Amino acid sequence: MIRRRKIAEALFKLLSLSALALAIGTLVLLFGALMVDGLGRLDWQFLTSFPSRRASQAGILPAMVGSTLVMLVTACVGIPIGVAAGIYLEEYARRTWLTELIEVTVTNLAGVPSIIFGLLALGLFVYTLGLGPSILTAGLTLALLILPVVIVTTREAIRAIPVHIREAAFALGATKWQTVSDHVLPYSAAGILTGVILALSRAIGETAPIVTIGALTFIAFLPPAPVTSQPPYVSFEWLMSPFTVVPIQMFAWVSRPGEDFAANAAAAGLLLVGMTLVMNGLAIYVRYRMRKRVSW
Amino acid sequence: MFAIECASAYRGNSDVMTRPTDSASSDSAGRNEWPKPLKAETHELSFFYGHRQVLKRVSVPIAESNITALIGPSGCGKSTFLRCFNRMHDLYPGTRYEGAIVLHPDSRNVLGREVDPIEVRMRLAMVFQKPNPFPKSVYENVAYGLRVRGVRDRRVIDEKVEQALRSAALWEEVKDQLSALGTSLSGGQQQRLCIARALATDPELLLLDEPTSALDPIATGNIEELLQDLKRRVTILIVTHNMQQAARISDWTAFMYVGELVEFGPTKRLFTTPAKKQTEDYITGRFG
Repeated sequence: MIRRRKIAEALFKLLSLSALALAIGTLVLLFGALMVDGLGRLDWQFLTSFPSRRASQAGILPAMVGSTLVMLVTACVGIPIGVAAGIYLEEYARRTWLTELIEVTVTNLAGVPSIIFGLLALGLFVYTLGLGPSILTAGLTLALLILPVVIVTTREAIRAIPVHIREAAFALGATKWQTVSDHVLPYSAAGILTGVILALSRAIGETAPIVTIGALTFIAFLPPAPVTSQPPYVSFEWLMSPFTVVPIQMFAWVSRPGEDFAANAAAAGLLLVGMTLVMNGLAIYVRYRMRKRVSW
Repeated sequence: MFAIECASAYRGNSDVMTRPTDSASSDSAGRNEWPKPLKAETHELSFFYGHRQVLKRVSVPIAESNITALIGPSGCGKSTFLRCFNRMHDLYPGTRYEGAIVLHPDSRNVLGREVDPIEVRMRLAMVFQKPNPFPKSVYENVAYGLRVRGVRDRRVIDEKVEQALRSAALWEEVKDQLSALGTSLSGGQQQRLCIARALATDPELLLLDEPTSALDPIATGNIEELLQDLKRRVTILIVTHNMQQAARISDWTAFMYVGELVEFGPTKRLFTTPAKKQTEDYITGRFG
């Protein structure tokens, strides 16, 4: 009797272990193949060159700059709006059917396929607002994409603050805003930041919405510099510049025939994986550092 | 409805307020031995969570520069009663007050519709059951009440912080680690830090909600001693489920049971010759 149950247990253990091995193994294999193909191409020349018809001379510079600038716009737009919306929903909004509806909608928006956001952006930003297929459009689109995630993580981080900390502030005569800005936000900053970084690292790999709004696949110039030599020294022309991003560049190379371009694509893939890993690592580090200071 | 009538009837009319003489229940509250002068008093205070009535027409006087203790079994509404004073219930939806809580000397009804809860919370201070320092430095914990009030002058804040920490008998222990996290102190120190935080803004009335229930006997003893020193400067209203504590430290005791005031009187008298059978049963340990 006992033996039969033990066998069942051993079988299940084996089953779950092989499932795990399959998952990890695939990942390792994929990453390994990428390394083998791409590591040779990943050099200084590759990082600082423009795309070229000759694979060995092609580089990823414009795509890197494009990705960075798009992320900058996304962060500048998506984070403040998302955090503010999260605070409003959690701290200020009264519980009515309307807020319930908004909550459900926000949660569901996080699961909407990203290409839908691209379609929305094509209609709204590119045509209606006339922003064209620019860095600004891409940044705004990805900001919309990460908004639900930012809102949800903000709310979760805020909810983790114990009631008695809040009550302590209120009992001292603090207003709601004083409580939020002096306590709620600082104490939940670690959680919010972690969520934000993870959302950004998801956005950096997004391809579908960027393709939809009409990003270029071959670009041989950089956007105008944000700093100029003439007054007022700052320029926002780059916002309206055409661009490409790393995943699109990678896709462009993949779709070209020939071994050489495949190597370029693999190198771009490595770069993308690397950037995502760095951002995830940053999120873990931030959470670790700030959690140590805040406890109750 | 009732709250508004009370508010208008009693505002600025403290003579009427001090001796409500109504109904047969007046003896239970022991009105013939009500203290004087008063720092505050509740007049037929009722409180509701939604439709559930938690407090039933409770009238209790709070003597100035005295310690008034609220005792009673768990769930009798004593913490709810305390939290009416600084309108903490306003933070949550579906709560409702009736009756009045009058602060003297200006006879302001705390529950009046025109009174902002923040105004009330600036006058009264509260110490909670579980020590709840902010995860900020010791200094910032104590200074926060001043910062809320817009005090910017560094010297004023420094002085107030030291003063409050001394009043809370914590200064000697933390003066060299003012920048350490308040949450890194021991439980007893944390609770004294919370008392210092409450005292820094010179409150008129200090509300304590079972402040020693999470502490060991030694830390409890420290805080009881501290309260004895404090009462010369600030009126204290303390909720405790520990009858011995009430007997040790308070001047006046109110015994509550299921949302009603059973008996109020000088602590000595109430614990030696309770007027009510229920009170006697409770303090002799027959229930609760």
